[in-house]
Amino acid sequence: MEINPAFFYIFAGLAIAFSLLVVIKKSAIASAFNLVCVFFSFAGIYAMMDAHLIAAIQIIVYAGAVMVLFLFVIMLLNADNAAFDMHPIGRGKRLVSASFVVVMAGMFIWVFKNTTYLGPISNFSNANVEAAGGNTQVLSELMFSEYILPFELTSVLLLAAIIGTIAIAKRKKPAALLNGGSAAKGGNAQ
Amino acid sequence: MTALEWYVTAGKIGLVIGLLMTVAPIMNWVERRGAAIIQNRVGPNRIGPFGIFQAIPDAIKFLFKEDSIPGHVNGFYYFIAPIIVLIPACMTFAVIPFGDPITIMGQTFKMQTADLNVGFLYIFAMASLGVYGLIIGGWASNNKFALLGSMRSSSQMISYELSLGLSVIGLVMVFSTVELGPMVQKQADVMWQLGPIAIPRWGIFIQPLGCLIFVIASFAEANRLPFDLPEGEPEIVGFHVEYGSMKFATFMMGEYMNMAVASGLIATLYFGGYQMLPGMGTLLDSLQLSPAAYMWSKLALQNISLAFKVGLFMWLFVWVRWTVPRFRYDQLMDLGWKMLFPLALLNVFITAVMIYLGWV
Repeated sequence: MEINPAFFYIFAGLAIAFSLLVVIKKSAIASAFNLVCVFFSFAGIYAMMDAHLIAAIQIIVYAGAVMVLFLFVIMLLNADNAAFDMHPIGRGKRLVSASFVVVMAGMFIWVFKNTTYLGPISNFSNANVEAAGGNTQVLSELMFSEYILPFELTSVLLLAAIIGTIAIAKRKKPAALLNGGSAAKGGNAQ
Repeated sequence: MTALEWYVTAGKIGLVIGLLMTVAPIMNWVERRGAAIIQNRVGPNRIGPFGIFQAIPDAIKFLFKEDSIPGHVNGFYYFIAPIIVLIPACMTFAVIPFGDPITIMGQTFKMQTADLNVGFLYIFAMASLGVYGLIIGGWASNNKFALLGSMRSSSQMISYELSLGLSVIGLVMVFSTVELGPMVQKQADVMWQLGPIAIPRWGIFIQPLGCLIFVIASFAEANRLPFDLPEGEPEIVGFHVEYGSMKFATFMMGEYMNMAVASGLIATLYFGGYQMLPGMGTLLDSLQLSPAAYMWSKLALQNISLAFKVGLFMWLFVWVRWTVPRFRYDQLMDLGWKMLFPLALLNVFITAVMIYLGWV
């Protein structure tokens, strides 16, 4: 299905507006909420391009899991108040930042002007994917047959990260540190 | 899209949203009368027969009560939190099919608001957004007890989301689809023929363990007793302690809608969805209707069947609420992580073995 330009501009505009809010807002939590809205706008664009799976994963993984984690960390560490001390920026830094922005914008324009659509990779055209049972089925069949090794390796990597986190969180404190802590408490009481 | 398609789509959206909106007042009455029956009381009985119109004065009271906003809250986020709770609850029902496809003027329409090929992944995507209403509500209240309450409830929802997702994997393996429409159609097949009684391939018969885990996890996702720590008014402070009048009622409405969605999912995934109840098929065949009339009466019977199943599970929610006492927070986490999560993994393993041996 062709994407309706009106809806594209609505969602793209929302994405840009919320991205700006992420940068502008002074409260870290408000920035995080706006980032969720950005992800949601992206998901809307993906869904209109019939990439339902990507849209669903975008929401499940980014909006539903990663950002919740961000919010937890911000709230638990109470980073909201301390995060952004607004120092005035010097002229040199401003010049450097502005020149980077110009270079980036130029690069984007050059890329968009000079790329051509090469068509679907091998035989994954829209019609073929639709005939084989839709995005979700084609992707999962490929992932669990041809690309099973990278898939499993990724899961092992994640498992290692989980074990590492638990090992760090459950680590026994050195005896000296414990004694120091109790001594300091005793000192306070007196 | 032709004009007819627009009309049908608008009609389906209107039907689903309208039904979900009416579910809250009706369930409020059912809950109060149900509690009264279980606790041997009378319950609301003044307005209308059996007090059935009790919801109308309740709604009027909520709407006209002074909407006081405490001075210390974060205005904008305080205002949108109840709305954020409501939106995912409204959106989730979109993928639940409520009838076989029908044909109007040569065009076939699916009786499902949105036919997405991601199926129930969409439901989990929406369910994972439900947690934001709680976090925002607790944080915007600028009250440490509300913030603690929202932390507690969001960690509960995140923990049970895992078991919820994993318990359905077994079903996906058996039916080899994630779309809810085909899943319901495949549940119509006969699994065993015991004399005159045909046992269908309903999810519950293939995946009893998965069904149990799904039901328990969906109780936790809908924040209902025995897992209603977000609310828990007698002994702990919930995240919506700073909310009053219609804003509080909106949170409650979200809870009832979540309950309806959870019941719809249990019915669709494990109890044959819109497949007709026993006897209805025989009745329909014996009437000798013309093809058009047959199609419409079949649709009506399927809608009634789904509504009956959903109603049954909504009653289960009420029944459990007034029967089982609340879990403590550590018990809740233990149940989620040390019982349901390993059991859900075991269920995936058992299903894989059964498929390998060709039993299902």
